[in-house]
Amino acid sequence: MKHTIGVLVENHFGVLARVSGLFSARGFNIDSLTVGETEDAEVSRMTIVAHGDDRVVAQIMKQLNKLIDVIKVVDLTNEELIDRELVLVKVSAPAQSRNEVMQIVNTFRAKIVDVNSKTLTIEVTGGESKIDAMLELLRPFGIFEVVRTGLIAMSRKSELTAPPKQAGVSTEVKGGVKKKSAAKLAKV
Amino acid sequence: MKLTGAQILIKSLEEEGVDVVFGLPGGAILPTFDALYDSKIKFILVRHEQGATHMADGYGRATGKPGVCLVTSGPAATNTVTGLATAYMDSAPLVCITGQVATTAIGSDAFQEADVVGITRPVTKHNYLVRDVRDITRIVKEAFYIARTGRPGPVLIDFPVDVSRATAEYEYPAEVSIRGYSIPSKGDPDQILKAAALMNQAKRPCLYVGGGAVGSGAHKEVFELVEKTGIPITTTVLGLGIFPEDHPSSLRMLGMHGTVYANYSVQQSDLLIAVGARFDDRVTGHIEKFCPHAKIIHIDIDPASIAKTVRVDVSVVGDVRHVLRQLNKQVKDRRRDIRAWLEQIDAWKKKHPLKYRQSDDVIRQEHIIAKIGEVTKHEAIVTTGVGQHQMWAAQWYQFKTPRGMLTSGGLGTMGYGLPSAIGAQMARPDETVICIDGDGSVQMTSCELATAAYYKIPVKLFIMDNNHHGMVRQWQELFYRHRYSGSQLGASNPDFMKLADAYGIKAIQIRQPDQVVPGIKEALAHKGPVLVHCLVAKEDNVFPMVPAGHALDQVMDMA
Repeated sequence: MKHTIGVLVENHFGVLARVSGLFSARGFNIDSLTVGETEDAEVSRMTIVAHGDDRVVAQIMKQLNKLIDVIKVVDLTNEELIDRELVLVKVSAPAQSRNEVMQIVNTFRAKIVDVNSKTLTIEVTGGESKIDAMLELLRPFGIFEVVRTGLIAMSRKSELTAPPKQAGVSTEVKGGVKKKSAAKLAKV
Repeated sequence: MKLTGAQILIKSLEEEGVDVVFGLPGGAILPTFDALYDSKIKFILVRHEQGATHMADGYGRATGKPGVCLVTSGPAATNTVTGLATAYMDSAPLVCITGQVATTAIGSDAFQEADVVGITRPVTKHNYLVRDVRDITRIVKEAFYIARTGRPGPVLIDFPVDVSRATAEYEYPAEVSIRGYSIPSKGDPDQILKAAALMNQAKRPCLYVGGGAVGSGAHKEVFELVEKTGIPITTTVLGLGIFPEDHPSSLRMLGMHGTVYANYSVQQSDLLIAVGARFDDRVTGHIEKFCPHAKIIHIDIDPASIAKTVRVDVSVVGDVRHVLRQLNKQVKDRRRDIRAWLEQIDAWKKKHPLKYRQSDDVIRQEHIIAKIGEVTKHEAIVTTGVGQHQMWAAQWYQFKTPRGMLTSGGLGTMGYGLPSAIGAQMARPDETVICIDGDGSVQMTSCELATAAYYKIPVKLFIMDNNHHGMVRQWQELFYRHRYSGSQLGASNPDFMKLADAYGIKAIQIRQPDQVVPGIKEALAHKGPVLVHCLVAKEDNVFPMVPAGHALDQVMDMA
């Protein structure tokens, strides 16, 4: 089944490679992966969409959690979600079909962002079903090019935020490691 | 006063209590070696960087403290990959520092450049590229912290040459702050109660203990658990030594070459208590047929190990030592309730003991290893290569001390034995360190005899020379109709006696059975390194054996 996973990571170089490497090392295909800064410039957030059975996804999430640069991992699949994707579509629209295409654009509250005599370039945002429906309607006119950002997702109810930096602080004491506070999961 | 990056790195290593570094210099790491020249840290020059990583690994496993290796960029760094992967698979604490070309040259295909952080990402617990001289102390502090805590593992620091030449003020951080990293310690009390309840009810319980218990230093807690409950215990190859194998509750090792009674016990159990073990395929056999009647309790510090390959009924995430202390308060003496089970196990032990056929003319490896065990009172640190000799060492040495068996269990790295013995000996100079190796395996890293000779590191190397890649030959005999494709070493082996001589190392040859005990004693009496060349049976097989893909109770036992 399809899983949407939210991942908070340290905004370091190489983190994307660590995360994507985990998927490829298990022969696991990523449908989409988006990444960008969060409200905290030192933290980036990824939204990963991937297909796989629950067991495989659970294992991947645990492995993600093991990465030192990963701060938090949440499976958003069963959450009440706000999910959006931005898509640019360049579609054939000569004079005879232009009106019809523009009607579709209006119906989906999309925008025309570029025009020439043969094509229209459309910008649309929305969830997966809306995007798919619109692309389906545009297809008969002739789609030249599609660029998708991949899905970003946010839970309506709970927040996925990073703990402050001191939260994982550990102090060395003689004969071992004394922990001031735990930051991440302890129970499975 | 400002120091160079190289000086800061070495000073940071001193701050971490590093007393020995294994390595080999080269272009990009020269400033660091120059700084090392002024340090009180002892340096061991190896002959190949793979050896340096195995030495650091051996040091780490023998102590629990990360071993350190220091090598240059490019080919040196790629030579560490096998050692890193070996340490990663077996959770050995290790810090590897590799030189790198200048930050300005990275990505330009410069001389001796390799994308080391990229190459080693899947075989390290974490790795770093140092891009700013001011980051060195923090990175070193974090690297050691990550390597030795939680589920231990190798950490690599890639150190560009221009950063090692840049200068900064030296200040070593007192604390580590990594918000994406936390270390489980105690187990969840509710989970402990659930686990204890199962243990207090089970009629056929069995403990299955692995390397995690060794890494956690939990031998006392494991012993107490067994003593208190009377539940029988089997260990993985990496768990050997966590519990004395001469104890009546010991079932010894399980798995492909485990004892018949350990495997029967696991298969027939109604409760399997996995402690710091990860259900490796060499342990479980056919996973679908693994302990079909049992509920499973899994205690592990790594949440990702839990329910990875088998279903688990109760999981406890935590440091094994802490979890067992909690658990020991809740469990009861089960001896009376499980008497029938214990009698059944005793019957299996009597019917299917570990055995080998003694012979007056050929030497069996089992015999040599059993005798090494007796002569060293089962208290030496044993390292091995990989193959038949490794499995026989696991079966016949009879371990009773934790951190007494250092072997490449996960990756199965031939050539691990000699360098890890050198590392272990450097870590624990007062102990007897014995490497049991094969004639095939030892040649992967036999260049490190030079290291042992030069520094007079008194490891005792026993080469079980059967003129074959024995385990490969065994599989070909059993499963490939005796077609010995690529497994015969024939006349291509060196004269090991002359090899030892060439390195200036004492050599002893054992050619017939009556020379076994005197040979072992002579080797142990010698103060320096020794190579003992043992001419053993050429076509011998390790039994019991559960063929790959079979259930654990489908045992071949033709010994």
